[in-house]
Amino acid sequence: MKLAATIFTAAALCALPALAQDAAAPAASAPADQAAPAAAPAATQQAVPPPATEQTTTAAPAASAPQVSQPTEFPIKKPGLQKWSFAGPFGRFDTAQLQRGYQVYKEVCSNCHSMKYMAFRNLGQEGGPHFAADEVAALAASVQVTDGPNDAGDMFQRPGKPSDHFPSPFADTQAAAAANGGAPPPDLSVMAKARGVERGVLWAVVDFFTQYQEGGPDYIHALLTGFQDPPAGVTVPEGTYYNPYFLNAASTHMPPPFKDGLVAYTDGAPQTIDQYARDVSSFLMWTAEPHLVERKRIGFEVIIFLVVFAGLMYFTKKRVWEKVAH
Amino acid sequence: MAGTSSYQPTNPVAKWIEVRLPIFGFIHSSFVAFPTPRNLNYWWNFGAILTFMLGAQIVTGIILAMHYTPNADLAMSSVESIMRDVNYGWLMRYLHSNGASLFFFAVYVHILRGLYYGSYKEPREILWILGVIIFLLMIAAAFMGYVLPWGQMSFWGATVITNLFTAIPLVGNSVTTWLWGGFSVDNPTLNRFYSLHYLLPFMIAGVVALHIWALHVPGNGNPVGVDVKSSQDTVPFHPYYTIKDVFGLSVFLILFAWLVFYIPNYLGDPDNYVAANPLQTPAHIVPEWYLLPFYAILRAIPNKLVGVLALFGAIAIVAFVPWLDTSRVRSSTFRPIYRQFFWIFVITGLGLGYLGSQPPEGGYVIAARILTIYYFAHFLIVMPVVGLLERPKPLPTSITEAVLAKNAAKA
Repeated sequence: MKLAATIFTAAALCALPALAQDAAAPAASAPADQAAPAAAPAATQQAVPPPATEQTTTAAPAASAPQVSQPTEFPIKKPGLQKWSFAGPFGRFDTAQLQRGYQVYKEVCSNCHSMKYMAFRNLGQEGGPHFAADEVAALAASVQVTDGPNDAGDMFQRPGKPSDHFPSPFADTQAAAAANGGAPPPDLSVMAKARGVERGVLWAVVDFFTQYQEGGPDYIHALLTGFQDPPAGVTVPEGTYYNPYFLNAASTHMPPPFKDGLVAYTDGAPQTIDQYARDVSSFLMWTAEPHLVERKRIGFEVIIFLVVFAGLMYFTKKRVWEKVAH
Repeated sequence: MAGTSSYQPTNPVAKWIEVRLPIFGFIHSSFVAFPTPRNLNYWWNFGAILTFMLGAQIVTGIILAMHYTPNADLAMSSVESIMRDVNYGWLMRYLHSNGASLFFFAVYVHILRGLYYGSYKEPREILWILGVIIFLLMIAAAFMGYVLPWGQMSFWGATVITNLFTAIPLVGNSVTTWLWGGFSVDNPTLNRFYSLHYLLPFMIAGVVALHIWALHVPGNGNPVGVDVKSSQDTVPFHPYYTIKDVFGLSVFLILFAWLVFYIPNYLGDPDNYVAANPLQTPAHIVPEWYLLPFYAILRAIPNKLVGVLALFGAIAIVAFVPWLDTSRVRSSTFRPIYRQFFWIFVITGLGLGYLGSQPPEGGYVIAARILTIYYFAHFLIVMPVVGLLERPKPLPTSITEAVLAKNAAKA
């Protein structure tokens, strides 16, 4: 008995520092982040004063420069958790928000980012942006598509049809890289599932019960609203933009995509950076998971059925075993 | 398979068949009249749950295979078309990917049940070894399945694991090139993994049949670990355990549905929604959660060959448990000291799983080394030594006596 206890204590002590290190981070940072970006992401962008010029000039541009404050762990800041209409067991997409999000994607993001798995027909999907059939046809027809070869063996241009996929801004990855400082802008079709928020072991347990699956949109929202001047002493390579929320560096090749009033909404929604980021993050969650609403609806029915069925089976089992001691 | 049935069908067609192929009698004696200890607890539900999960994985897998394209350029877009355009394709894929996780969850419970109640002891050694073989095949099937979407983790996971074979002395590099079908993980690797991923489940099904056959020779073990002595100790499998298994499975399916419908990507890595890129290594390459303890063992050891041997040894050693455990008592219920070591072993496994998910640096490596040593010590030192030194509590004379004593204590 004592032997067992000693071995266990030794093992636990060795594992503890590692556990504590991991657990402390999310617990400490989550609540603070939660409040900040929701309240004033646009304000921070303007409020942060530009760093003293001598600091930026004295620092060597190379990453190897011995900078005490040069960050090494990314992302530098954890995204705050936002409220999303599609979160939770009864979550559903806000149709108006998805339509605005599509507008933001079309007018801003699609200049650099492809979305190759999405077709115009998807825009008419129920539970999604749910554009009317004629609107979908008009949106598709607004782009020119290369088709062919025809009977003469020639490729030709024609207006898009609902079955066409969204056009890509660049012919290939090489062209995309060449136009963007060597970093091809990633395809956005499944971006909302391809990014996440590092939660740590303790929050991960909580997430199982609270159904937290919105790490992708939280990350995208934080990134889009997170562009700011680098803090004193931090330098970023030329042609990149400091963003403490970026996944694997202090800065990204993507320039700040929004400014207030950039996209003209017609439904009276606020035309702010934060709203644009929110709308396009929701839109990206829908493109990544177009059957989300259907999935949660069926899931509720399945679980209700299973709970009732398991209950019936329990009482049947009880009845069957009634006369047998076990 | 053994049974007490003298079943004779009454239907003339069934009679005609039965004379030529006694399949109804076989089913009746194996799954209807089969004498089963009356005191099995809910931990014994997981055999039925696992059988169901194997069937579910095969069914969803066959449907997915109708729409999937095993080609490095097309794999991910075919998976996305399953998610978007195939009718209920999203459901099939999420059932299959989360089904793999729940299959492993159930198999870990099943293995730990066996370890706690001494299910591996004479005369069930071959039954136990067949179980370890199933577990190995499951790992291979799951690993190859994870490669198929051809995301970043698919590609880099395949790279890390296939590179393990380079540790084999002399022929390591040749063997690895042979496995890859080229000089790196590429299209030929994806093609053969797809082929094997389709083959392995049927091999698993075959070994499962042997596993059940071997089970039906001595019959089930039970929580008190004393042999069945009279017909009083048993009940027929049907309806007593069919209904209990259906109830247990229903509860398990609630968990399954929760994952599939509400948090289908909870257990996955976001990086696997990024298309494979051989030029860009992800910051942290981690396997799926169910392989993390073994991954931690692999990385705890600085020497590559020894690390690989430890990785496979950690699984192989389980097959030797029937001979490593020296206790004459099966059930840990009557083993006051070993019982504590069992739970320490469970915590060690969980600890290794956690460490496998963390970067291999600093305190994590030291902790992983200590837990790895303890993992092996549990089998090589604790099991033989505790079995010899421990004084077990007195055993009940029969299953029926144990049941009646328990019920009397409750009343």
